[in-house]
Amino acid sequence: MRSFAYLSAPDIDTALHAVSAEPNAKFLGGGTNLVDLMREEIEQPDTVIDITRLPLAEVAELPGGGVRVGALVRNSHLAAHPLIRERYPVLSQAILHGASGQLRNMATVGGNLLQRTRCVYFYDTASPCNKREPGAGCAAAEGFHRNTAVLGTSEHCLAAHPSDMCVALAALDAAVEVRSVRGVRRIPVTDFHRLPGATPHVESDLAPDELVTAVEIPPLRAAANSRYRKVRDRASYAFALVSVAAALEVEDGRVRTARLALGGVGTRPWRAREAERVLADAPATEEAFDRAAEAELAAAVGRPDNAFKIDLARRTVTAVLRRLLTTDGSTP
Amino acid sequence: MVEVRIRVNGVEEVLDVEPRVSLLDTLREHLGMTGTKKGCDQGACGACTVLADGERINSCLALAVQYDGRSITTIEGIDHPLQEAFVRHDGLQCGYCTPGQICSAIAMLDEHARGAPSAVTEPAATAAPELTGEEIRERMSGNLCRCGAYNGIAEAIAEVAAR
Ligand SMILES: Cc1cc2nc3c(=O)[nH]c(=O)nc-3n(C[C@H](O)[C@H](O)[C@H](O)COP(=O)(O)OP(=O)(O)OC[C@H]3O[C@@H](n4cnc5c(N)ncnc54)[C@H](O)[C@@H]3O)c2cc1C
Ligand code: SF4
Ligand code: FES
Ligand code: FES
Repeated sequence: MRSFAYLSAPDIDTALHAVSAEPNAKFLGGGTNLVDLMREEIEQPDTVIDITRLPLAEVAELPGGGVRVGALVRNSHLAAHPLIRERYPVLSQAILHGASGQLRNMATVGGNLLQRTRCVYFYDTASPCNKREPGAGCAAAEGFHRNTAVLGTSEHCLAAHPSDMCVALAALDAAVEVRSVRGVRRIPVTDFHRLPGATPHVESDLAPDELVTAVEIPPLRAAANSRYRKVRDRASYAFALVSVAAALEVEDGRVRTARLALGGVGTRPWRAREAERVLADAPATEEAFDRAAEAELAAAVGRPDNAFKIDLARRTVTAVLRRLLTTDGSTP
Repeated sequence: MVEVRIRVNGVEEVLDVEPRVSLLDTLREHLGMTGTKKGCDQGACGACTVLADGERINSCLALAVQYDGRSITTIEGIDHPLQEAFVRHDGLQCGYCTPGQICSAIAMLDEHARGAPSAVTEPAATAAPELTGEEIRERMSGNLCRCGAYNGIAEAIAEVAAR
């Protein structure tokens, strides 16, 4: 690991001024992604600004029924929080399906949003990777790409977004609050991550001097009936091949509200708007669920090692939606 | 160099460390406490698990400077019924993963007692779920054992949890 200057920010203003004064600085949350990438010399900041002492570790109820989550709330605390378990079970479950007990104790909400891909060539500095080195080429296209995406890819990059938490946040229409010396702004989480296009190294809408301060989740009645399912190569402690976050509310046999997002298959946490369109007011049946999943995956582009994900995602979407129905085909 | 004060197993240590030095290397190389093991150095195996103010973390991904003012417990500071239960249930072979397994299991039992859910807990459950074999394995999945002593590990934890 290269040497760097370390600053522990006592308050938000100090953190914001420090990052705007130093062109090659990085914020340090739990460190579970940044320290790893610095050790591999993929990230080489000159200055590391430790933000874990900032007063941003609260989970609070918003007027109207939403919840505001500080950027420094640890993943394990968020997953176990009564407000989240009660109102947004899909979010609690998504977090618990990621990483391990130890890592979730360290990982912060802000860091989870900004974690980088697990594409093996991104980590292998001896291979070409457009995300690591713009213009170098993409070793995954012709190489090992079992864990890459089938939706939102470009000829420049196929890397899947690795986060479980973000998949649930996308389904829930959460917003990310960010701050810099220039002010505060809010970004819908579904716009926060970028598609790779011709610039896969630009991964989010966040400017280098912006600090994520909170995530806000709006109220959603259907979210009380929500679930996360993750399919992976081993039972636990592995990234998703495919994952599905879903919330469902059925009335008189028809879908009143359906929210759906996919993980493991998209270059960003993938909100399944096509599927939601097909589900709107459709009968709450397995056929309709299947049609919705197919509509979403129509645009998927499979490659030799990852094409299996397309059918796996279709089946997982249908299974999760079916699981959200009670035995009489309704919702609780 | 940055001066950090970390309590390790109840003893206040004042150390001069480079910001890039991990808590794991600080324990092993600077303090000579080699009970905490380095397996992968990338968060993927759990051998380096220690307790920070009672919570389990991977010390390989922790910078020592970040833990200034915190209280760390390593295997050297632990005297717990789990240790004897691991021996009785053959919860180890080479023993390399064991310090991490023990630290992790102690914190896991504590998380469970506080009512924390796991990925296999029914979402609707509000009280602490019963600590079944499935729950134990899921909650301990951050600790790999290259020797495959998992059955003994799960049995030892189940026995202590049932006491
Ligand atoms: C072995 C292993 C397995 C894993 N498995 C999974 C998995 O199955 N599913 C999953 O979802 N994740 C998984 N993870 C990833 C883990 O969830 C992330 O590493 C973690 O969420 C990152 O959070 P952090 O606080 O540690 O981030 P850090 O490492 O501290 O930071 C990550 C990035 O975010 C930036 N950053 C942090 N906070 C802010 C902020 N407030 N504002 C602006 N920028 C910020 C940092 O500068 C850095 O670039 C795994 C990680 C490991 C090591
Ligand atoms: S898929 Fe993206 S991250 Fe992976 S090698 Fe290609 S450019 Fe790099
Ligand atoms: S050495 Fe820390 S997790 Fe493997
Ligand atoms: S006992 Fe050998 S690695 Fe677990």
